[in-house]
Amino acid sequence: MDVAPASTDTWPDELFDLLKAYEVRQVAYVPDAGHSRLIRRCQADPGIKAISLTTEEEGIALMLGAWLGGERGVLLMQSSGVGNCINMLSLAILHRTPMPMLVTMRGDFGEFNPAQMPMGNATQAVLEAMGTVVRRADHAADVAPTAEATLRMAFNTFRPTATLIGQRVLGAKTFGKD
Amino acid sequence: MGNTVPSGRLRRREVVPALLADRGGLLVVAGLGAPAWDITAAGDHPRNLPLWGGMGGAAMIGLGLALAQPEQPVLVITGDGEMLMSLGALATIAVARPANLSVVVLDNEHYGETGMQPTHTGSGVDLAGMARAAGIPRVPAVATMEEVAALRGAIHERSGPLFAQVKIDAETLPLVLPPREGALLQARMRESLLGPEAHLA
Repeated sequence: MDVAPASTDTWPDELFDLLKAYEVRQVAYVPDAGHSRLIRRCQADPGIKAISLTTEEEGIALMLGAWLGGERGVLLMQSSGVGNCINMLSLAILHRTPMPMLVTMRGDFGEFNPAQMPMGNATQAVLEAMGTVVRRADHAADVAPTAEATLRMAFNTFRPTATLIGQRVLGAKTFGKD
Repeated sequence: MGNTVPSGRLRRREVVPALLADRGGLLVVAGLGAPAWDITAAGDHPRNLPLWGGMGGAAMIGLGLALAQPEQPVLVITGDGEMLMSLGALATIAVARPANLSVVVLDNEHYGETGMQPTHTGSGVDLAGMARAAGIPRVPAVATMEEVAALRGAIHERSGPLFAQVKIDAETLPLVLPPREGALLQARMRESLLGPEAHLA
């Protein structure tokens, strides 16, 4: 488990405002505490189709379908889910499809769970190996500007892009064992 | 119809042209390998997206397209091996419930592109039963060319989502290759739907 943003954090609402400003119509997601408020806001918006996935690579394929039909998609996931997407990202390069991803990091700043470390440590490297333009946000004030850059680079230059939201922003769950 | 084959099963290159007959605005996504060659053999078309990769993605591409274009019927034609790789997509589609999406699996019980190794569907795995259990509301049985013709009609009704598993002969047929340039394949479908504006997005 990761940690939901504090109610006083504004970046999840800023991300939602960005999705609306950039006319994103399909938001694919897997359950995630870090993105929980953003997911709830997308589910509540009649202009957004919020699509719950069984595994993250479904979202990569969904974004290709959305773009084929003239709609913009975004994929919300945790860093562990990035590993599930690797081969499917071939579609973004082959077809030159905008595929922005907003990734909450695990296995990052102050992780407690050793199982999260291998994929968290590899997340940026494997995304970049598959041709994704990756930028990180490690402070709350950087999340929205970095996500906006990720949306712009995807939709204006037709490629997969990702913002990694660092665990320093999210906090690390420690199961009561600090 | 009907060159019969020893298996007594339907033949893929009779089934696919029947499904694509009088296609109107039909949008078609084909899984990599034989389904992509089959839709191309029936006549390449701007509204065809034959896949060259992304195995396991065909049904979800169809979902994104169906959600973006609810007025158009969307047909995913794929193989049993490709569908077995993404059974979770059946659940995702059932929950999203796009009325205009149909997924048709041409089930020859083999991985044709890699040398005809058997898939699980030849050992009793029932894809149609899985689709039904996932909650897909229309899962018609299709075993004859008459039922294929009825399936073609159902695809255009947009009262799904619909899933059909069509048992076909495991014959190997001549390759009929579509364009290999993915950017072209994407751009031509977008232009067909959106006009020249597609390229100014």
